[in-house]
Amino acid sequence: MDAYILTLLVFLPVVGALALLFVPKERAHQIKWIAAGVTGVQTLLAIWLLTAFERGTSAMQFVQQAAWIPSFNVQYHVGIDGLSMPMVLLTAFLSFIAIVASWNITKAPKGYFSLFLLLDAGMMGVFVSLDFFLFYVFWEVMLLPMYFLIGMWGGPQRQYAAIKFFLYTLFGSVLMLLAMLALYFYSDPHTFNLMTLIQTASTIDAQLWGIEMKWLIWFALFIGFAIKVPIFPFHTWLPLAHVEAPTAVSVILAGVLLKMGTYGLLRISYPLLPGETATFAIALAVLGVINIIWGATNAIAQVDLKRMVAYSSVSHMGLVLLGMAAVVSESRGGSLAGAQAGMNGAVLQMFNHGIITAMLFLLVGVIYDRAHHRYLYYPKDYKDEALRGKAGFGGLAVNLPIYSAFMALAFFAGLGLPALSAFISEAMCYIGGFSAFRTLTIIGAVGILLNATYFLRAFQTMFMGQPNEKWTGLTDMSAREIGMLAPLAIIVILLGVYPAPALDVMAATMDRIIDLVAFAAPLAGQ
Amino acid sequence: MDVRTQFALIILFLPLASFVLQIFFGRRIGPRGVWISVAASFVTLILAASMLFTVVLGTPMNHYPEVAWFSVGDFSLTLGFQLDNIAVVLLVVVALISSLVHLYSVAYMKGDVRYTRYFGYLGIFTFSMNGIVLAHSLFMMYMFWELVGLSSYLLIGHWFEKESAANASKKAFLTNRVGDIGMFIGMMLLWMVTGTFTFQDLYALVDVEGANLFAGQMGLLTVAGIMVFMGAVGKSAQFPLHIWLPDAMEGPTPVSALIHAATMVAAGVYLTVRLFPILTPDALLFVATTGAITAVLGALTAITQNDIKRVLAYSTVSQLGYMIMAVGMGAQQAAFFHLGTHAMFKGLLFLCSGSVIHAMHHSLAHKGDHETDPQDMRNMGGLARRLPITYVTMFIGALAISGVPLFSGFLSKDAILAGTLAFAAEHHQWWAVLFPMAGFGAAAITAFYMFRLIFMTFHGKPADEQVRQQVHESPLVMTVPLMILAALSFAIIFTLPGVNPLHADGWFTRIIPQGENLTGFAQLGAAHLEHGFHEVHGLTMTLSFAVAGTGILLAIIFYLFRWLNAHAWAERLRRAGVYQLSFHKFYFDEIYDAIIYRPFLWLTGRAAWLDWEIWDQWFIDSWGRNTVRISNVSGYLDYTWLDQKVVDGFGHVIHWLGATGRKLQTGRIQNYIVWALAGGMIVFLVASSF
Repeated sequence: MDAYILTLLVFLPVVGALALLFVPKERAHQIKWIAAGVTGVQTLLAIWLLTAFERGTSAMQFVQQAAWIPSFNVQYHVGIDGLSMPMVLLTAFLSFIAIVASWNITKAPKGYFSLFLLLDAGMMGVFVSLDFFLFYVFWEVMLLPMYFLIGMWGGPQRQYAAIKFFLYTLFGSVLMLLAMLALYFYSDPHTFNLMTLIQTASTIDAQLWGIEMKWLIWFALFIGFAIKVPIFPFHTWLPLAHVEAPTAVSVILAGVLLKMGTYGLLRISYPLLPGETATFAIALAVLGVINIIWGATNAIAQVDLKRMVAYSSVSHMGLVLLGMAAVVSESRGGSLAGAQAGMNGAVLQMFNHGIITAMLFLLVGVIYDRAHHRYLYYPKDYKDEALRGKAGFGGLAVNLPIYSAFMALAFFAGLGLPALSAFISEAMCYIGGFSAFRTLTIIGAVGILLNATYFLRAFQTMFMGQPNEKWTGLTDMSAREIGMLAPLAIIVILLGVYPAPALDVMAATMDRIIDLVAFAAPLAGQ
Repeated sequence: MDVRTQFALIILFLPLASFVLQIFFGRRIGPRGVWISVAASFVTLILAASMLFTVVLGTPMNHYPEVAWFSVGDFSLTLGFQLDNIAVVLLVVVALISSLVHLYSVAYMKGDVRYTRYFGYLGIFTFSMNGIVLAHSLFMMYMFWELVGLSSYLLIGHWFEKESAANASKKAFLTNRVGDIGMFIGMMLLWMVTGTFTFQDLYALVDVEGANLFAGQMGLLTVAGIMVFMGAVGKSAQFPLHIWLPDAMEGPTPVSALIHAATMVAAGVYLTVRLFPILTPDALLFVATTGAITAVLGALTAITQNDIKRVLAYSTVSQLGYMIMAVGMGAQQAAFFHLGTHAMFKGLLFLCSGSVIHAMHHSLAHKGDHETDPQDMRNMGGLARRLPITYVTMFIGALAISGVPLFSGFLSKDAILAGTLAFAAEHHQWWAVLFPMAGFGAAAITAFYMFRLIFMTFHGKPADEQVRQQVHESPLVMTVPLMILAALSFAIIFTLPGVNPLHADGWFTRIIPQGENLTGFAQLGAAHLEHGFHEVHGLTMTLSFAVAGTGILLAIIFYLFRWLNAHAWAERLRRAGVYQLSFHKFYFDEIYDAIIYRPFLWLTGRAAWLDWEIWDQWFIDSWGRNTVRISNVSGYLDYTWLDQKVVDGFGHVIHWLGATGRKLQTGRIQNYIVWALAGGMIVFLVASSF
């Protein structure tokens, strides 16, 4: 099983999607159960993978390698290390949760669920690929179902949002494609193998328009990944796509897709071009801090709950960048411990944010299903003039105790309360960032306050105060809704109290990346 | 496992169990289930008290167990306890006040819609507070620090249907977070240089006589110390972050007693005490100044407040300032002493005010009056006969806080004031005198506003005789905690086996070390301070008698016998422009609202506009729009011009040529001959010209 497990993880959803094609479209119930079954089995496989995963080594595990297009030396090459393991688990688990969250889809369920499974396969493929060409193929495969899921099952502006998301991401993909080809042609022997490229890419010695080829490759990759993260100023597709996407797709977008950007940086940019990474780490830190502050500042101003959560993602992904930038801690007068805190904190934050933001979007979906709106305050151009500027809800805590409790947990997890998972990863990102970039991190620390501001404001206007008579008839969460949120809540608490199991998985891999960058850093300085 | 560790673990986690029980099963078990929580808190009290006993009997507590939490490479964090004498004393204080408040709340909160949940919140508060007390490292303390913030948020917002309560809870959390940012940055600074968060390691690595890792950069240590202290500024409601505490009075009164008077707000003082060994002289001066300003500001504001709880809240602000000032001047022992005594008498005063409010509330409800504010002292008066136990116990509390001999406040306040005098004696700069002035000044004002409160509430003519008649003393579960706390406000409780009510020497001072500063402050002052304390002791006592007496006397003149008209004097002060300052709390809220809160919200709106309307809709989408525009132009060029004009133009030309050519083929021989001759001539002319 060891040799095929990753292939199984990637192609199981494809098989599921194909199977759905043979189910008559009227049998929605059957379609849902097949989708849930497939992702459920995938989650179980991912959990088995976690138990079989060997800690303490940075070597690739469960590797499978076969020739694919021999004339161009393209391989089917998959494997995982401490960086991909958490992402694989996150993808499988959130896909399953998202399928459960999609239970009430009535519009063309057959198409919806088959596209969803295809999306799942694409994401999983990205996280296990060790061949750049394969990586790129999966990266693009994922785009298409996403486009249709937003464009067909989304909100009122779905087509605009879908095309914007698609074009924006495609723009990044083109640059990534160029970078990939450059890496292929400039390395000797020509290869897409990411493991081989670690040795050969840094020896590239060429120039284009008087600029180091490696710099150009780094930038092209960076922009491709930055759009996905999204890093300021490439972030504005995100609030739109999140707001228009159906709940389950928002969960996947924020929970998994955003992580592909930072994953790509850590999987490709960092090891392949460590010297350039060391040189541009400061740019990552600056952008990370901008993300933190700008995302949070914008979140405070939002009147739409879903938009607020979307901007909070911008802010929280900024922390990941700050933590990642700490990789150069040692060469900037910090300690190795600082680099380790930052890098491990960043990957843990990727996982934790995936879980927490999934909770947030699911909870937004819960209230939207009932009230058919999600305004914290009705916007100034709302169709009903009497409601403009008024609070959208109020006093929900009185009638919806379970919903309020889950929301409180998610909000407090989001604002980094200790004993909930995000606290420790955020603290590690800050500590790591501080050991490398002191002034920047001090500025970024304002995020601690800003994040609390919008979450508490939202909590107050929705749940506190006199109950809004319009919404006193809402029903509390159903068993299915509790069932999909409770596991996430439990993970948030468990990892908050005891983060060691998660950190043990990634520590060795992070050490290796830190070593690579630290080794190249002095060369980069010359 | 060591038995001390076991005790500490039980003390820590029993309240958490109470929280889990009440939150998940509280409604099912019913209101009687809260007695489980009450019992749990008394169990922690017994355990904590037994630990204190062993300490008092002569076995100092020095127990520092720790376990690894996680590590990634060189970066590792541990969890552990710093079980020393100070921690044990504070554990007892927390457990005691918490138990009494649990008991008191059984009656006070009866009939509340979220009765069981309230007890759950008390549980999570006690858990987090004990965590702060036991924490062995700055990092662990920070974690519980935030959790205390959460429980404070939940408890202030217990009656969240009230807009003011919801606002107050948010304000408390966010104001605290401002300080917490500083604390976090300071923590990171200390870690960056020393590589550790634990207090014991920090002490060892910062010691100027040992491995001082800050050697040559003591300025950095000063900054780090002040930054961490910012956490205390937030939590202990120090200037300029004190604004949240008076608003926090929106919470139920027992909560105000437990959290916003006796324990949580003292956490900042506790942190400063823990930090004292590594605070540089400059940092300590900053601490002392912050404390002095807060002490005076709080006291001045308390004078003019009419809400019985607000008076006490500002009094708390002022007293906390006292403690912080004391730590800053090296009188760390006195500060901790005052923390302990203050917890008793301020907890008492709040619970008494709760008893008054409870009685007023019921009387007003009986009358059917829901307009009159049951907390406004102007609506009270003459309640002494109706509430005898509350009156007597509150009177004792007032005597204690005013620093009257025989009562605990006298000893601890005296120690602090002696510290200020000694500090002034050691520092010959002019400004050093300001500290004792602030100390004695605040002491006088304290005595005045406390007795103003007593006289306005319990003496004089009632505002409404009908209401007064219906006021009834609270039930035993509420008055017993009052009596216990009143008994604990006597000096002798803290001086045993010593019986001299004018001298602090006793078990308390014996087990609480004076504390040693490791950054050079010690050499400067501690020995001198020790000496100074004795030098100035007599002077202090005389002075503090005098100021307390003056304050009480003024209160008697204005509010008991009304020889002088308080209103007329207030009017006089109003015309001088100082009354409003105090009445409006020095306009802090208004100023923050005008220069921070509203500009910031405006800015977020502008940011959102910039981000969406300008950057995204205008700029990013302009790429799309321009692409469409360019496509249109290229489409036009491609079809209308290139295809239709150029490409098809060739066709047109050929067509035209063809059409024209066709006309030439007339079929008449004469025409052909003419064309042939013309052509031949042209050929001839061209050829001949070469």
